[in-house]
Amino acid sequence: MNPLDVPEATGPYQPRSGRRGSGFLTEPFRLGTTPSATVGPYLAIGLTWPDGIWAADEGAEGGVWIRGRVFDGAGDVVPDAMVETWQADPDGGFPSPEDPRGAASYPGFRGYARAQTLTGEFGVFTLKPGRVPDGEGGLQAPHIDVSVFARGILDRVVTRIYFADEAGANAEDVVLRGLPEDRRSTLVAERTDDGYRFDIHLQGDRETVFFAV
Amino acid sequence: MTGTTSGSRLHVPSYLREDDSLRTPVGFPDYRSTGLRAPLRTPVDLPHRLTEVTGPVLGEDRVQSQDADLTLRNGGEAVGQRILVYGQVLDSGGRPVPDALVEVWQANAGGRYRHVVDNWPAPLDPHFDGLGRVVTDSLGRYEFLTIKPGAYPWGNHHNAWRPAHIHFSLFGRAFTQRLVTQMYFPDDPLFGQDPIYNAIPPAARHRAISRYSLERTQDNWALAFEWNIVLRGTDQTPFETDDDGDVA
Repeated sequence: MNPLDVPEATGPYQPRSGRRGSGFLTEPFRLGTTPSATVGPYLAIGLTWPDGIWAADEGAEGGVWIRGRVFDGAGDVVPDAMVETWQADPDGGFPSPEDPRGAASYPGFRGYARAQTLTGEFGVFTLKPGRVPDGEGGLQAPHIDVSVFARGILDRVVTRIYFADEAGANAEDVVLRGLPEDRRSTLVAERTDDGYRFDIHLQGDRETVFFAV
Repeated sequence: MTGTTSGSRLHVPSYLREDDSLRTPVGFPDYRSTGLRAPLRTPVDLPHRLTEVTGPVLGEDRVQSQDADLTLRNGGEAVGQRILVYGQVLDSGGRPVPDALVEVWQANAGGRYRHVVDNWPAPLDPHFDGLGRVVTDSLGRYEFLTIKPGAYPWGNHHNAWRPAHIHFSLFGRAFTQRLVTQMYFPDDPLFGQDPIYNAIPPAARHRAISRYSLERTQDNWALAFEWNIVLRGTDQTPFETDDDGDVA
């Protein structure tokens, strides 16, 4: 469209929203977002679910356990954290109406888990995600988005789990490639007998890469 | 908002971040527990892709009707001042967020949590477990009947007392909208010395405080407090746009 073109006046003048004198806002309407706060030490009262750790049904074919610990800056295990995971199914679809490709439905899979670290480590049972489009015509490596909540954390911290046995896909992944080489390993879960291990370091030399989302 | 597909490209909404000057920082020195727990490195920007703009659907199956009333548990009535807490969950574009799971937890009227770690010697109330859950309706509305929580000391510093508050957890519709927060009550005299409250930048603190609602206060029954919760909205508008993105 040539901005210098003069439109033909085919009807009575109609003021457009967003223009001076129209009575409409000249900028997008925005409400201030509600500020975050710590979950505090008593999150177990409100955020405990009997089925929380099951992103996939118990016994689901191909199911894996992702287990890990959360460490503080002194290297001590954090026993009062909550870890939440969200991910695609093995075909790369999301069980969400917000997926622009349509909500996926994969048998025995809900994609979301919530676990505590009370025993010293968290564990979630899930299916390994497939590759997900990056929106630019390429594919992301299989990954899981993770939120960590705890007393002493005023706004949840966000990280991602990638998988050590996806070296090829990981090498192509645009998020991993954007990180300094020596920090990428903090996002890569190692293979274990029954799944994967993914430790989270809130601080220290091995501080996990956290993302601003 | 649902995006569209075009060939191999996916148009996904981008969720607006609140300006850093109005966001609660992840760590705050006066809140001692952050010292070893809040990450020290600057977080890496993660562009919003499919994983970030989708989220779990956690609806009605997690909630029973009695979960909205925290005052009647274990066959009796909780001690304390009965309050109605209600409001609307919106996104920053002002759009209601329907079908959102809202989870709350709080101390009892004496300021004590039903939790083994809480050793504050206020009595436990057998009829108050301090847990509630609701799902927002089609207009994003939620409502709880509960007890005004008491203040309690917590040892962060000399004479440290938490202002009365209710913990809230919300999912919204996308991973980026996930929010855990605390609702406060108007004019609490304990705000001044509370580092968790004061970690919120001054210009945003009012957003964490509920409003006394005379219109919903019920005669001879319960005080009412209104608290609207705003999750992050998208930078797409629901209006038609010109090719150059102007709002038409």
